[in-house]
Amino acid sequence: MSEIPGQLKFTRDHEWVREHDDGTVEVGITDHAQTALGDLVFIELPDTGGSFTAHDACCVVESVKAASDVYCPLAGTIVNTNEILIEKPELVNDDPYGEGWLFRLRPDLPGELEGLLDDKNYERLLAEDNE
Amino acid sequence: MEPLIFQLGKKGRTAGAHLLEGVGEMELPNNALRDKLPLLPEVSELDVVRHYTRLSQKNFSIDTHFYPLGSCTMKYNPRACNTFAMLAGFRDRHPLAPEMVSQGFMKCMFELQEMLKAVTGMSAVSLTPMAGAQGELAGVTMIRAYHLDHGDDTRTEIIVPDAAHGTNPATAKMCGCSVRELPTQPDGDVDLVALEALVGPKTAGIMLTNPSTLGVFERNIKAIQEIVHGAGGLLYYDGANLNAILGKVLPGDMGFDVIHINLHKTFSTPHGGGGPGSGAVGVGDTLKPYLPVPFIARQGSNYVWEDSSVHSKSIGRLSAFMGNAGVLLRAYVYMRLLGESGMSRVANYATLNANYLMEKLKSVGFDLAFPSRRASHEFVLTLKRQAKESGVTAMDFSKALLDEGFHAPTAYFPLLIPECLLIEPTETESKETLDQFIAAMAKILEETQRDPQAIKDAPVSTPVRRLDEVRAARQLNVRYSYQDHEGLGEIEDPRSL
Amino acid sequence: MPFIPHTESDTQAMLRDIGVENIEELFDEIPSEFHCLGLKGIPKALTEFQLARLMRERSAKDQIKLSFMGAGAYEHHIPAAVWEIATRGEYYSAYTPYQAEASQGTLQVIYEYQTMIASLTGLDVSNASLYDGASALAEAILMAVRINRKSRSKRVLIPKTVHPFYVDVVGSITRNQGIKIVQLPYDNETGQVSLSALDAYSHEDITAIVIPQTNVFGVLEEVHTITQWAVDHDVLAIALVNPVALGLLKPPGEWGPDGVAIACGEGQPLGIPLSSGGPYFGFLSCREAFVRQLPGRLVGRTTDLEGTQGFTLTLQAREQHIRRSRATSNICTNQGLMVTAATIYMSLLGPRGLRRVAEHCHVKTRDLVSVMNGIDGVDEVFTGKRFHEAVLRLPVSVEAVLNVLSEWGILGGVPLSSWYPELGEALLVCATETKSDDDLKIYGQALRAAIDQVSEA
Repeated sequence: MSEIPGQLKFTRDHEWVREHDDGTVEVGITDHAQTALGDLVFIELPDTGGSFTAHDACCVVESVKAASDVYCPLAGTIVNTNEILIEKPELVNDDPYGEGWLFRLRPDLPGELEGLLDDKNYERLLAEDNE
Repeated sequence: MEPLIFQLGKKGRTAGAHLLEGVGEMELPNNALRDKLPLLPEVSELDVVRHYTRLSQKNFSIDTHFYPLGSCTMKYNPRACNTFAMLAGFRDRHPLAPEMVSQGFMKCMFELQEMLKAVTGMSAVSLTPMAGAQGELAGVTMIRAYHLDHGDDTRTEIIVPDAAHGTNPATAKMCGCSVRELPTQPDGDVDLVALEALVGPKTAGIMLTNPSTLGVFERNIKAIQEIVHGAGGLLYYDGANLNAILGKVLPGDMGFDVIHINLHKTFSTPHGGGGPGSGAVGVGDTLKPYLPVPFIARQGSNYVWEDSSVHSKSIGRLSAFMGNAGVLLRAYVYMRLLGESGMSRVANYATLNANYLMEKLKSVGFDLAFPSRRASHEFVLTLKRQAKESGVTAMDFSKALLDEGFHAPTAYFPLLIPECLLIEPTETESKETLDQFIAAMAKILEETQRDPQAIKDAPVSTPVRRLDEVRAARQLNVRYSYQDHEGLGEIEDPRSL
Repeated sequence: MPFIPHTESDTQAMLRDIGVENIEELFDEIPSEFHCLGLKGIPKALTEFQLARLMRERSAKDQIKLSFMGAGAYEHHIPAAVWEIATRGEYYSAYTPYQAEASQGTLQVIYEYQTMIASLTGLDVSNASLYDGASALAEAILMAVRINRKSRSKRVLIPKTVHPFYVDVVGSITRNQGIKIVQLPYDNETGQVSLSALDAYSHEDITAIVIPQTNVFGVLEEVHTITQWAVDHDVLAIALVNPVALGLLKPPGEWGPDGVAIACGEGQPLGIPLSSGGPYFGFLSCREAFVRQLPGRLVGRTTDLEGTQGFTLTLQAREQHIRRSRATSNICTNQGLMVTAATIYMSLLGPRGLRRVAEHCHVKTRDLVSVMNGIDGVDEVFTGKRFHEAVLRLPVSVEAVLNVLSEWGILGGVPLSSWYPELGEALLVCATETKSDDDLKIYGQALRAAIDQVSEA
């Protein structure tokens, strides 16, 4: 069973979102996603300053056999990216909810975050997918 | 382990028979010249011959192993094709040699154009594309040129089945088109309802392989043709699987407007460890004006080159000269050796071998991806059940086959089928070889139940065990350097030779 | 049946096992309206012996005595061992090394090749090869456009001193991606890129520039100056180079202040026969920072699960079979067999041997030009320093002279009138290490006689 921390929000595409006090959010992929993808060998991060709407592909995570899009969970502007991942993509595998975060986003629409899944709902989604 | 050729070297050693004498002073400015010589091996001729002979022995190849790599048509490459293409007059012919001293070569190429027209049912052929993917590029570029020429700049969508080769969508993108993906039905044919919904005023065309990459013949080809043509689009035939219908069905008769032919598959030119390929294109009358140049025409008893000075609407050149001429000569030799009767039998025996293998593998316990269908020249197995039950994957199975002395089939393609193997025996394999392969497959299947770990540990008999691909990507090492090896170093003063 | 081993009893046994009456039944899913009746237009089969005779006759027709043609395809001596080894079945009839454990031979050859090309060009990374020099240039340009994100224009400067066929190919391959080719004129006196024309683009948004060394006239360009210009104006520099010349000339990785970003070119001079223009191979190398934008295959060194060194295809997620419509290119093939031959060629020549070949090419062309200068009315057109080609102006029709020469079994060079009409009766000649001093004399006498014959006619 993969790890699903509380306090985070989740998307159906297996991204997680963490709210910060300054109004920005941190985004990464879930433990379930990194397990399914296998060892990551490259992360193509978005440009800082880039703006996206929800569900836009904005980042690519590569394993040796696949390149998978990461979708922007919320509309907003990228304010920071986790540059260490360029040298150490394995952090996403080792610590998906911590050091393996991908980017920070300043959301455009205040209410949009509430529409994402909470940990219980995400867990249910994984259970359904497994069936 | 065979060292790298650089590691075999010794400072100052040369293959003396290839070292020319010094030339004295040259009038070239110093800042245009190298300060240090490049990192090339310092070895004797015998070192070179031994090293590359030993390396060759680490390869599986058609000449040494059954090679049922689906979608790649690994048939026997007749030696005569190489010998005749390397005859001095062909081997040493300069690509820009005048026509009057090129009639021997040009006659062969003209006849090859004619023969390829005959086996595809197309009205003109250009031999210049250098591989299948470049043939695709030629085809889609011609489709775009056609629409633009007819004043229609809105047709920029290419429809590609979800089972297609990766080159199809990549090619569409290179031609400035967007890709619309066409779903496949459970029986392996494309979804016609979805196709109806996809076509429209933006449709440039559709790229299809028939038989498809799923190893089945697309039965609704006529309906597909009517829908796409009806919407103003054109039909592209990806010739990857032409071996399945050679001598049986002409792509032109199925309504295709343009086709590329992988000569290295259907016409048995060597795969060479990953190339050269050759991807001649054929077109119907609609696209004839746009064919890539140059090609060969006949004037009386002479053969002449034609280029864009004659064909002003051509999409232009795709290679510096005329494509992989030496590969084309090999295909020509192959076609002349087979002749009409031999060529009419290719699809028959390729299909017989595939259906035999499919039936036998089913009877020893393998699951077919499309159990209700005939195999074309290839077919798909799925190991989904084995993966679930014993954890043995298509990858494990492939590696275990290497230990049994067989090259593995194509694994994990088509992407639609989980844990799949795409198996293509070709017509040049005997029943005995197929029976040995079936026995090996059955043995591995039995072992997945008895000792799955043994399969997961395969291969054990190859020069290396399973390689760490993650390390290869994360700690990228794509060249040797002198830092890796003591005792060798760059030659600092090239004038001191 | 050529190459089909089935006996009648095999076929019958197989049909029985499948559960069908005859082979025809295996095609029952194909609508009958599409079944063709025979193959009209395919001649009757020949035996290998009959075909040997036919092919010998035809190849003999194309045999010539002496050639001075270059223009992108060059005659060099190829050591016997090169093709003896390269055509071993284990290389010749293997495919793409997707099953790495069963392809260590091909993979190690490619790794060695990548090392040699990286060193020849003075850059960090070489791919496993592309189709040919012209298509490699097109791929290099597409790569440059992906890399240079400071520029939005997709305008690429290509000097008129780049082989015109290469420019055509770049156009055919890149046209539908919004790339605009701007041609830079050449200096009429030196035959080099006009630096004043280049300066005119200093204040425009240019994405990349192609720097040929040597150029189509055989002339050396001011590569340091042009590379410096590119650096100063945020233009990505692409070197288009001859690999044999790189045995002697400064590698693109050392041009200007820090070298170019990308180098590419035609690999044919490295042990590949002329063979009417192909199969050749294109090489492409770059700085390590750009490796993810490289098109085509790449081989990496790694270890197996027991720690033994081995080789595998790597960074495959750039490629079409994984990234599909978002791949760096649609290319699948690398010219594996040609790369095998070229790697053997470079190993046999070694660093000294390759340099000597380059020196001989240079000197033979110098000597050829001095022979030609002795003929009345024949002049060298350009003053720029050359490598192994030169442009001569003749006092009479080049075409007529070449016709006379080819009747005598001599290919006198490549006429430039259709590519560069402004040069008048211009002929591009090339002499490589394969030419003896006698060959040069023979050609000199023949050219004199041919000119006389044409002017009398």
